[in-house]
Amino acid sequence: MSALQTVKFYQTGTFTVGNRLLAQEDRSVQANMQRTNSLNSGHRACQGCGEALGARYAIDAAMNATNRQLIAANATGCLEVFSTPYPETSWQIPWIHSLFGNTAAVATGIAAAIKVKKQKGQGQDVRVVAQGGDGGTTDIGFGCLSGMFERNDDVLYICYDNGGYMNTGVQRSSATPSAARTATTMPLGPEPGNPFGQGKFVPAIAMAHEIPYVATATVADLRDLENKVTKAMSLRGARYIHILVPCPLGWGTASQDTIKMARLAKETGIFPVFEAEFGEVKSALAIRRPLPVEDYLRPQKRFAHLFGKNPAVATIARIQAQADKNIRRYGLLSKEAA
Amino acid sequence: MLKQCEGSHAVAEAVALCRPEVICAYPISPQTHIVEGIGEMVKSGELKDCEFINVESEFAAMSVAIGSSATGARTYTATASQGLLYMVEAVYNASGLGLPIVMTVANRAIGAPINIWNDHSDSLSQRDCGWIQLFAETNQEALDLHIQAFKLAEELSLPVMVCMDGFILTHAYERVDMPTQEQVDAFLPPYEPRQVLDVNEPVSIGAMVGPEAFMEVRYLAHAKQMQALDLIPQLAQEFKAVFGRESGGLIRTYRTEDAETIVIAMGSVLGTIKDTVDEMREAGHKIGVLGITSFRPFPLVEVAAALKNCKRFVVLEKSLAVGIGGIVATNVRMAVTGMGLRGYTVVAGLGGRAITMKSLTGLFEKAGRDELDLVNFLDLDWKVVNKQLEREREKRRTGPAAEAMLRDVGAVAARNY
Amino acid sequence: MQKPFAITLNPGSSLANHTGSWRTARPVYLDRLPPCNNQCPAGEDIQGWLFHAESGSYEAAWRHLTRDNPFAAIMGRVCYHTCESACNRGKIDEAVGINSVERFLGDEAIKRGWKFAAPAQESGKKVLIVGAGPSGMSAAYHLRKLGHAVTVMDAGPFMGGMMRFGIPKYRLPREVLDAEMQRIVDLGVTVKLNSKVDNILEQMKSASLGGPFDAAFLAVGAHIGKRAMIPSGDAAKIVDAISVLRSMEGEDKPMLGRRVVVYGGGNTAIDVARSVKRMGAEPIIVYRRTRDKAPAHDFEIEEALQEGVMVKWLSTIKQAGDHQITIEKMALDDKGFPQPTGEFETLEADSVVLALGQDVDLGLLNGVPGLEVTKDGVVKVGADLMTGHPGIFAGGDMVPAERNVTVAVGHGKKAAKHIDAWLSRTTYAPPPKHEVAQFEKLNPWYYADAPKTVRPMLDIIRRQSTFEEVQGGLDEGNALFEARRCLSCGNCFECDNCYGVCPDNAVIKLGPGKRFQFNYDYCKGCGMCVAECPCGAIKMEAEEI
Repeated sequence: MSALQTVKFYQTGTFTVGNRLLAQEDRSVQANMQRTNSLNSGHRACQGCGEALGARYAIDAAMNATNRQLIAANATGCLEVFSTPYPETSWQIPWIHSLFGNTAAVATGIAAAIKVKKQKGQGQDVRVVAQGGDGGTTDIGFGCLSGMFERNDDVLYICYDNGGYMNTGVQRSSATPSAARTATTMPLGPEPGNPFGQGKFVPAIAMAHEIPYVATATVADLRDLENKVTKAMSLRGARYIHILVPCPLGWGTASQDTIKMARLAKETGIFPVFEAEFGEVKSALAIRRPLPVEDYLRPQKRFAHLFGKNPAVATIARIQAQADKNIRRYGLLSKEAA
Repeated sequence: MLKQCEGSHAVAEAVALCRPEVICAYPISPQTHIVEGIGEMVKSGELKDCEFINVESEFAAMSVAIGSSATGARTYTATASQGLLYMVEAVYNASGLGLPIVMTVANRAIGAPINIWNDHSDSLSQRDCGWIQLFAETNQEALDLHIQAFKLAEELSLPVMVCMDGFILTHAYERVDMPTQEQVDAFLPPYEPRQVLDVNEPVSIGAMVGPEAFMEVRYLAHAKQMQALDLIPQLAQEFKAVFGRESGGLIRTYRTEDAETIVIAMGSVLGTIKDTVDEMREAGHKIGVLGITSFRPFPLVEVAAALKNCKRFVVLEKSLAVGIGGIVATNVRMAVTGMGLRGYTVVAGLGGRAITMKSLTGLFEKAGRDELDLVNFLDLDWKVVNKQLEREREKRRTGPAAEAMLRDVGAVAARNY
Repeated sequence: MQKPFAITLNPGSSLANHTGSWRTARPVYLDRLPPCNNQCPAGEDIQGWLFHAESGSYEAAWRHLTRDNPFAAIMGRVCYHTCESACNRGKIDEAVGINSVERFLGDEAIKRGWKFAAPAQESGKKVLIVGAGPSGMSAAYHLRKLGHAVTVMDAGPFMGGMMRFGIPKYRLPREVLDAEMQRIVDLGVTVKLNSKVDNILEQMKSASLGGPFDAAFLAVGAHIGKRAMIPSGDAAKIVDAISVLRSMEGEDKPMLGRRVVVYGGGNTAIDVARSVKRMGAEPIIVYRRTRDKAPAHDFEIEEALQEGVMVKWLSTIKQAGDHQITIEKMALDDKGFPQPTGEFETLEADSVVLALGQDVDLGLLNGVPGLEVTKDGVVKVGADLMTGHPGIFAGGDMVPAERNVTVAVGHGKKAAKHIDAWLSRTTYAPPPKHEVAQFEKLNPWYYADAPKTVRPMLDIIRRQSTFEEVQGGLDEGNALFEARRCLSCGNCFECDNCYGVCPDNAVIKLGPGKRFQFNYDYCKGCGMCVAECPCGAIKMEAEEI
């Protein structure tokens, strides 16, 4: 195949999970028949769960990047509940669940223990991942997360953002998008759904800590996600990856549309996909087929109140403005974005 | 080696001799000097192979400890008062997961009103959290109990709180016998975890357990503490063999052989009580003392045995179960169920209120005459209390009670306490 | 380790929990019929051979292609590739250049000397084929591959039929034609040239040329140029297009003069015009309707115009005289039919070439019992291409169908299957067609942007003066590029998407070439694999509960 290496893979580009035409070293972790399936079958996530998918993508990639020398700490939430109800666990890696709000700190403790054991010649170079949903990350776990960042502890924290407290029945979190219906932000009154507020985009807050690596990703761009996890595992210190994982239950979308929704979030600019090092944006994943936010909002029942007989044109325009701001801020339509 | 030092420093040195691997620290009075001391030793290189982590809260401190302990590291932290309450969720979690963390609680009152001085409200509020709680009477015992605590915790896979009175012990300079590293190493083997996050033998720790197994899990925690009732005296014996002194154990009696009245207490106040008892013995009173070292597990059998020949007992405790009275007393009463003893609860020393021999003498004499109420408050300023109660009867908007009473007692009065 | 009860669990133990019981619908893999394959008159498995070409396995690709059509190099030049019009990629950017890859494979085969494998065993049956054109030689190839002894008889001096006498060299170089014909001869087919069959029944019985034959396939084509009644003077030179094209092949080039009027709007008219242009003449096409109504392929009209061929649209020839003709302007009526306007014009014309279509010479069928001929003068055949006379089959231009090389080649293959069945006294039933993989079944997100590769064209000066091939071929690099533009509609190309996107690890990857399998123990039926399959090779089926 060496003579053909200059030929690009136009049939599938780099978008599919694998490709029989790619050299082994260029294939995704998920394409590998021997992938670790760190989160194994038999878990109790809903049909089409984006978080189950995102977690396997991310942890398999981290396992691959660390030669399977990995320990994970997990916040309370969907991922924890559906993966480890007694008497069965779906995890195939050393894994601990402590509490809802302390995962970053637990991971710090694990990293500290590993460091000492290694110093003493009693252990291998094992790496640590902390993971949680948006509630466990952007709300209740935020203090511990910020502390971990500030100390630059050797932990990769992965947030699976599905925009709400789905485990407890779809309540609002600080990552719930504006105007979205949740059980605690009903589409009632003069400002139906989640009030606009000022937003709390934790990747930007993570960047403000100037930690070595911050990235966002979605389950729609597997290779990008894997590359980011791999890159994160090649670095030391505090690292943060924020992965958008659509939730069919909470978003009111069809179970087969989970990846499509993530793709629409990225293509509309509502969710910017980028990476930053030491507080500076280094690259952004370009929008490939620009779309209005309406294309993203309309398939979701949590935004159904924006459409119907009297569409909430002004609200949709405000959401579009959010997307436009992302596009400007992260250069999502520029040619440099790749 | 004998040395004169601050209680906190003695504990810091003792902890260092236990070769801890991860220590997390968040400042709160009066435990701060302990972690400062250890931090200095780590920084200077005196304490090797130890990660000292300055965390952002007590909640994080206990959480870091959970992570490191689960990864097989000997882990230590210290806290007090509000800090203990702030970490409560993680405190329960550490014991629920069976992680042998050792934590010093420099006992301090809980607000509001905010108060930095000593009582036992903080650790006693955590009596049901699943941790073993050992109370030190002296700085020497505080030092010794930490060495025993690591061994106890690690053998049982349960976390241990070593409780020492804030300021009274932590900040007191006393002579202590500091053991050598060889002695500690001889007593305390390296940590061999029962469960550990290990890439070579992966497990999931912290599963969600439903009704089908939750009670069994809780019972097993109880069963482990029952095992501790045997192990604690055993370790005290082993300790004596290596270090040559009595320290720890479940309870300790003092002049109880023919005592009609036995005073029960925990922590440093036992010293004052013993001095008072000595004086009263001189005056012919048949009075003795029962010190409880292990509050959790509570040594019901041993307490009952210690009280079996007396006529009455007085529980003097630095805690108040608001709405009922004593906490320690309630536990003691369970121990003497059916024994037909008269028992008195005395709430004393809350928020650092001094407990004087004079007051104690009066109290115990009254007890000997069975003139005490069921629940008593030592040296309570009834004038202030009654005035406030009167005020509240008269007026709806009385403002904060603490401030009002402070005005009532005035600056001079405040200095006396 | 002695793990604490209940709170600490063994890894991967959730495999005991069979979440497949949640399912109300299940995904199943299927092959859908790619639109290109569905469209191909020769029945090629285009997606199938492109699949091999994508990995650079050109010989495998060529062998896959030639399972259905032995003439890759010819097809890659003369096929009108309606497959490309059907190609789903056209809805993303531009259709895959199927024809150019086919030509590349055909040329590679010639360059590398790839041969067909001999039949595994001989059947002992003998088949006579009349006509060494695309249909006859295609049938010969397929029948020989099935182990039958095949004799082809042709009246002409060369193999190829209309591919040689109807298609100019600049579209189909003769060495390419010869190479692909010879490869069939090399397979063990006997070809008798200059052997006109006058009576098919006698010829079948005759032992002189290898008979008697158990069956016959007739593919004599349509070679008799249709005449039009044009009043003309004695000196007027009026010839038919087929004669002109045929004479291009011989030593004696036709003497048509400087101004050549070609009458007609089909591909043959264009071929003649472009051929005479290359001989130095000035061709003018006269056609009664408009360009968009002309039966010739538009790209051929365009190429002719580029080369300097003149066209008089909406014109009929009223009269042909010595060195000039009179034409009448036409106008299209409401129904699009041309009607005379009474306006006349005179054109200089040294000769008039009639390109008005061809008739079949049915002479060899005289007296064959049961045989029927349609009113259009072609032979009636059944769905199995058998004529009214048992054992005599017919195909190509001499039966009712669209007349082009690809259709003819397809007839050859189809007839071969039916003849094979007939020889063993069975009937051939083609396997049922899969449903067509419509664009809506695909997830085009996964295909990267890649416009079609443009094949090189010969420069205009040389196109006007020589018979060099106008359209160049692809080189290996861009052939690979072009092959990889294939969307693999309806057929798994092992992109691993289903394997990757399943949140429940319920897809088992079986390894290269073996595709995938669902693990229904854990599949919850979310349908993500179906939604994210780029090529539409999975569908949901309701679970029977």
